[in-house]
Amino acid sequence: MSAHRELGLTDSEYALIVEKLGREPNAVELAMFSLLWSEHCAYKHSRKLLRRLPTEGPRVVMGPGENAGAVDVGSGYAVAFKVESHNHPSAVEPFQGAATGVGGILRDVFAIGARPIAVLDSLRFGELDSVRSRHLLDGAVRGIGHYGNSIGVPTVGGEVYFEEPYEHNCLVNAMCVGLGKTEDMVRAAAAGVGNAVVLMGATTGRDGIGGASVLASAELGEGDDAKRPTVQVGDPFEESKVLECCLELLAKGLLVSLQDLGAAGLTSSAGEMASAGGVGIDIDVAAVPLREADMEPFEIMVSESQERMLAVVEPSKVDEVRAICDKWQTGSAQIGVVTDSGHIRILKGGEVVGDMPVEALVDGCPLYDLAPAAPAAWIYGNRATLPADADSAATLLALLAAPSIASKKWIFQQYDSIVGSRTVRRPETADAAVLQLPESGNAIAVSIDGNGRKVACEPFNGTVEAVLECAQNLACVGAEPLGLTNCLNFGNPEKPVPAWQLDRAVSGLAAACEELGVPVVGGNVSLYNEGPDGPIYPTPVVAMVGELPDPARTAASSFAKEGDAIGLLGPFAPTLHGSELAKQRGELEAGLPEPKVAAIAEACATVREAVRAGRVASAHDVSDGGLACALAECAIGAGLGCRADLQELRERGCTPEEALFGEGAGGFVLSGDPAELESLGARVIGEVGGTTIELAAGDRSLVIGLIDATEAWRSLDARAESVAEPPADA
Amino acid sequence: MIWGVLQFPGSCDERDALHACEVVGGEARLIWHEDRDLSGVDGVVVPGGFSYGDYLRAGAIARFSPAMEAVAELAAAGGPVLGICNGFQVLCEAGLLPGALLRNQELRFVCKQADLVDDQGATLSIPLKHGEGRYYAPEAMLDELEANGQVAYRYADGHNANGSVRDIAGVRNERGNVVGLMPHPEHAVDPLTGSTDGRKVFEALERFA
Repeated sequence: MSAHRELGLTDSEYALIVEKLGREPNAVELAMFSLLWSEHCAYKHSRKLLRRLPTEGPRVVMGPGENAGAVDVGSGYAVAFKVESHNHPSAVEPFQGAATGVGGILRDVFAIGARPIAVLDSLRFGELDSVRSRHLLDGAVRGIGHYGNSIGVPTVGGEVYFEEPYEHNCLVNAMCVGLGKTEDMVRAAAAGVGNAVVLMGATTGRDGIGGASVLASAELGEGDDAKRPTVQVGDPFEESKVLECCLELLAKGLLVSLQDLGAAGLTSSAGEMASAGGVGIDIDVAAVPLREADMEPFEIMVSESQERMLAVVEPSKVDEVRAICDKWQTGSAQIGVVTDSGHIRILKGGEVVGDMPVEALVDGCPLYDLAPAAPAAWIYGNRATLPADADSAATLLALLAAPSIASKKWIFQQYDSIVGSRTVRRPETADAAVLQLPESGNAIAVSIDGNGRKVACEPFNGTVEAVLECAQNLACVGAEPLGLTNCLNFGNPEKPVPAWQLDRAVSGLAAACEELGVPVVGGNVSLYNEGPDGPIYPTPVVAMVGELPDPARTAASSFAKEGDAIGLLGPFAPTLHGSELAKQRGELEAGLPEPKVAAIAEACATVREAVRAGRVASAHDVSDGGLACALAECAIGAGLGCRADLQELRERGCTPEEALFGEGAGGFVLSGDPAELESLGARVIGEVGGTTIELAAGDRSLVIGLIDATEAWRSLDARAESVAEPPADA
Repeated sequence: MIWGVLQFPGSCDERDALHACEVVGGEARLIWHEDRDLSGVDGVVVPGGFSYGDYLRAGAIARFSPAMEAVAELAAAGGPVLGICNGFQVLCEAGLLPGALLRNQELRFVCKQADLVDDQGATLSIPLKHGEGRYYAPEAMLDELEANGQVAYRYADGHNANGSVRDIAGVRNERGNVVGLMPHPEHAVDPLTGSTDGRKVFEALERFA
């Protein structure tokens, strides 16, 4: 096989490189092109689609294209945030894959001058009864905890689903939220011909060579063990020092620009900085501090060694910068200089070993149109696990025990959720994480969501639902959305069905954000997520940051006290399409109704204002498992039973089963004073109290004990712990 | 009183501790690990985190820092020293407190709110978060600690999340001016983020200033 194909470039891409260079690339140049022209770096199958997304808004400080997006939170402060995938590394080696996923996203955020204040994760694995899934879950959770706990950034929330199509291709998406002064935030563009290019942080080794092209831009398959050297190894202690060092350098105004080294290492950092600044950069690989003495120039340029940052510094300030690096006991070396050549030149001592126009390297990759085609029917398997004759009580218990619905305490208890003293709502106490910002006197709420099963049923409507789920979660804590970021996890875009899923999902994302007035300030795309049985569920993970004026005025999701009324609010129109119940019955099929975005946005505003005004005692959105599960969760969290009559939904034309277990956007379960709830437009459907959960729904009415419900909902701990030996073939 | 909060490379909770000292009514400043001079502070908090990455063994490297030499002198002079989590580990490594902290019995990091009982019998709700918080000392030493009233905090029934021997969450030296505990009182000073019981842990040391 020819060298360029081995590196993931097509023949026509290679021909284009030859044309742009006017000659054949040498080994160094070919390695660099192969990475920057990979899907992971060039977004060559998704960039055209992403132009559909609305990116403007009055609170946007930084939009797509920067290391992270940022929104204004008032008083001169901005909140930066981004989500990124580390799927394939985690599938190959879950602990380091997940750990370095966290490390990478932290660097993206402090690269723009924001101090990381929170991490959230979105995880997808195969079913929990698979040994492989438990191994991957255990490793990923340990890895996330290892990095986040050690570096002193709290992990405040997240979500996880267990579904068959992720069995061979798990998803590990990590989100970081940071806070900084708006005026101090820096962009990643290199500027100032003659300025020094300084590499800071860890030394450069052979780890992660080719991660972006080999791992991230191709399907997983046989022989993935051999890819293990392409997974990087993280060191949170090193990152902690680099983080503090960079924030001190930025606070002192010593850097012109700053960029992290992630996928494709120095190649992409230097390339993107030069491209953004419209300049050239010379890099001397002989000046790069190495872990191993005999590294080739191409290895140095593509190494994905972690915990490294690249800065542009005025020559007169280099000594001061390096002194601060010394203080933090982290490395620094001047490895290059900004030029006016418009070229990236790689030198080794005095000898030029690579020379490419920045335009060709960074922006020259051809962008492809997709060839989407809708599938004729449901393309995924669906194993029935619930007996067809299960009664309503047994069904509710089975849903509460579903790993995707059950309490995730086993996971979040392994994460430090409180360091930083900002965490007003700890995991599972509210629908969104709430972090106070004493600097600006207010608070932010963060939520991350993306039910791939629904997107698989209908990519457009499923993605709209994911955005609405985020918006509803924010409303429940009294927050108004400021901005959204996303990570689009899909299968192979060169195949028609994943291409169709991606195309429709991006349109759904654009439509929902447009209608809600929430700008998309950044994003990440992870394609080629496939296993031997085909693509993963299309999984657009969306994350929203919202603002609330007073951290003391936010609602919990659980009921507050005996005797409170329970209200149902919003244009909730439950359906079994794509629901957890349909999955457990083996009845999944294509199709999902279209959510009524405008009406749901109105309900969100009502709930938000009611929470801020203290008019409700609790607020929880109706999500997986439907109204029955939502009510049970509110009851279990409070240690209080409840009674509710679901006749209201029957009047909307639902069957008893849809009223209990049907899902869909737009429903809120509130509790509090009955007159207050009614004045909000909620229908009072029941009352908090007792030791049972009693739900009236015609011939499907049910009663279960609170203790039984709690036991089912808390059952994930024991099952996840029945661990975690790697599968025999891994 | 003026508290100094040590800052090592890899410290995580030093800003939280600084803030807690201020909430409790003190003045507080950070002290860089390379500073041999505590510049006139009345007491020191050795904060939580992963000093020097916890390489070798938690707290094993930090104990050799110049600032820790100064802390040992302050302790010897009877000044208040509070070690929290990693700070507790550092004080044990430095020999300022008896015993050692081992990996949690379940071999997992654990973060949760816990009830502690102080030596007056009062119950305090304070969060804990650590992977190496299982207190250990030989039986004879434990008997001696108990006889001397050196067990400062115990986990309440059902709250010992790490397998600590005799439910010990925190200990003090014989004189009582050096206290270390695994739970995080600096994360329990604000009703908005949890509880305010952590203030009592700081206040209990003020009389040594």
